[in-house]
Amino acid sequence: MSEGAKGSVLILGATSLIGRATAAAFAREGYDLMLASPGGPELEHVTADVAIRTGAAVVSLELDARDTASHAGFVRRAVEAAGGELSGAVLNFGLGGDAVCAREDMSHAEEILRVNFVGAASVLGHLANYFEQRRRGFIIGVSSVAGDRGRQSNYVYGSAKAGLSAFLQGLRNRLHHAGVTVVTVKPGFIDTRLTYGKVSPKMAAAPERVGAAIVKAVKKRRSVVYVPGYWRLIMMIIKAIPEPVFKRLNL
Amino acid sequence: MRFGGAETGAAGARGVGSLANQRVWGWGRQPVGETELRRPERLRDLYAAVSGEGTALARGLGRSYGDASFNSAGTTILMERIDRYVDFDPSAGVVECEAGVTIDDLVRHFVPRGFFPPVVPGTKHVTMGGAIASDIHGKNHHKDGSLARHLLDFELLTASGDIVTCSRDENPDLFWATLGGMGLTGVVTTLRMQMTPVASAYVEVDIDRAPDLDRTLELFHESDENYRYSVAWVDGLAGGRSLGRSILMRGNPAPSGDGRGLDVKRRKERSVPKIFPAALLNRTSVKAFNTLYYRRHPRQARGAVQHYEPFFFPLDAARDWNRLYGKRGFTQYQCVLPYEGGRDGLARILEFVRRETRGSFLTVLKRFGPGEADSPLSFPMPGYTLAMDIPWRGAALESALERIDAIVIELGGRVYLTKDARLSAESLRAMYDRLDEWLAVKRRVDPESRFVSDLGQRLGLVA
Repeated sequence: MSEGAKGSVLILGATSLIGRATAAAFAREGYDLMLASPGGPELEHVTADVAIRTGAAVVSLELDARDTASHAGFVRRAVEAAGGELSGAVLNFGLGGDAVCAREDMSHAEEILRVNFVGAASVLGHLANYFEQRRRGFIIGVSSVAGDRGRQSNYVYGSAKAGLSAFLQGLRNRLHHAGVTVVTVKPGFIDTRLTYGKVSPKMAAAPERVGAAIVKAVKKRRSVVYVPGYWRLIMMIIKAIPEPVFKRLNL
Repeated sequence: MRFGGAETGAAGARGVGSLANQRVWGWGRQPVGETELRRPERLRDLYAAVSGEGTALARGLGRSYGDASFNSAGTTILMERIDRYVDFDPSAGVVECEAGVTIDDLVRHFVPRGFFPPVVPGTKHVTMGGAIASDIHGKNHHKDGSLARHLLDFELLTASGDIVTCSRDENPDLFWATLGGMGLTGVVTTLRMQMTPVASAYVEVDIDRAPDLDRTLELFHESDENYRYSVAWVDGLAGGRSLGRSILMRGNPAPSGDGRGLDVKRRKERSVPKIFPAALLNRTSVKAFNTLYYRRHPRQARGAVQHYEPFFFPLDAARDWNRLYGKRGFTQYQCVLPYEGGRDGLARILEFVRRETRGSFLTVLKRFGPGEADSPLSFPMPGYTLAMDIPWRGAALESALERIDAIVIELGGRVYLTKDARLSAESLRAMYDRLDEWLAVKRRVDPESRFVSDLGQRLGLVA
């Protein structure tokens, strides 16, 4: 399937708005696409949509983030479907969850950790081994500014993303020696279903910004990217607040 | 397929927020409603939004003029992100897409492939779901009919939570009640439509200037059949001997060659400032503009080549042009009058509007071909359709428009609900003689009136 001059990019969690925008951004760069998410009409529609809008070659693969035992086989199938070679992968799946519910219902808290950290680390681990052996390519992990500091409003999700950010950091260090780029993407408020009704739409950036930032980060071999960029400054300030002060705040 | 509350459950709704008590309005900027907004991005979020308690209505881009696109009694579901293409068959020219896909999107992606949407309204900023709810018509109605004629089928999410395939053969009564049904039979999720092959992105346009109404109609009858697209701009403020003077703009798809390709022109849309001084748009300024505009056109011009963008969507060049009318907004009165008695009816209405209201600042006239015999609420019927943009002036204008309703009813015509903000339930009944057929389908498919709009309540379309 690897007809595009640049080969195939695998997008995990392709049916969200950020997933669609990222797929479109890579298609415009001349990559073929492999879109992965739980099967069903969402994946079918997004696969057809990206192909029709961009003219890129697009195939879809079913992925269950929770079923870590399936991940080795999944990566193998993805490489085969790409004609033996993947140019890069974007880990974009995640579960926003319900922070209030996760206080009472530990099974929900566990699900948030399982998808955002355990599932992500598992599939990233298999991908890392593939790219390390191939000695080129890129891995993008979509983490979150919520992982930069635990806050009372969102700490289960935040801790999973903090774990993911640390995992990606270590991976970047390890794969640097193999010539593989690993980028951590930390979106701030993006105008999607996760923020709708919680954050004023005027304060949220368009999902297309994330897709564009990811493509740019690959080109420039960046390490950590905030989207929009000013979130780096916001998080720098939030991280700098001493804990004795921070614990009194209502964030 | 069934998507009841049980299957979508809490996990489906979880994480999808809503905005309570949001002020909403249509393109005319009045009336203003208040509703809870939801904006699903996935089909299952859409199912969850419908499967809860309370009433709901799907809204596209809010380009209907009055109160058709919102539900003050409950939830309004923004469909703009249910906008994926599902399939395209280039040999048959059939596109399948979700209801939030817009005409803008279709022309941008399919003109380069040599296809144009079969029917387009005066703006490209409408969704296909809204287009079905309105059974839209365009400049080619006299040749190609309304959107209904080009739809193969669609999937409808109904009040019971079922997804029902609707076509001429499958659930035909629901198919025909949904076309022109103003979104009150359910939510269209996906649709299949026959696109029109085009050789270029251009139209060959003939211009004719008509000094009065009789000449305008004469030109229509003499030569409309030679043109795929036909419309007349009317100087709504001219009276006396010049009543109904117009510029007829009629054309056919241009062949390729001579530098005419399948290019999509991305015009930069200029924005009207949020606080445009509405006083600048008044009878005197429009009258001066109309006279200049009329005189600027030659008596006759043949074969001018124009890109589809300015030909079909001239007003899209100014985004938010509805702001020109200021805070009080405006209304568009669009009616159709049967050919018999139509000429005199047009003259009466034009003269009445000129005398009894602030005047119609933009007036458009065109000929309709046959309507859809099976669709109880579809607007088009053979005759003349007249559309007039009139500044909103409360009760005084309402009573004036009621008197125009009376003329329309007397002549056997009707008004277009997509433009309407003020019609009465009684007048609706007098205009749409198959209303009871529609209501019977509504009662059957939505017995508890889960799909509600402000327009539907005003006109007695919902229980």
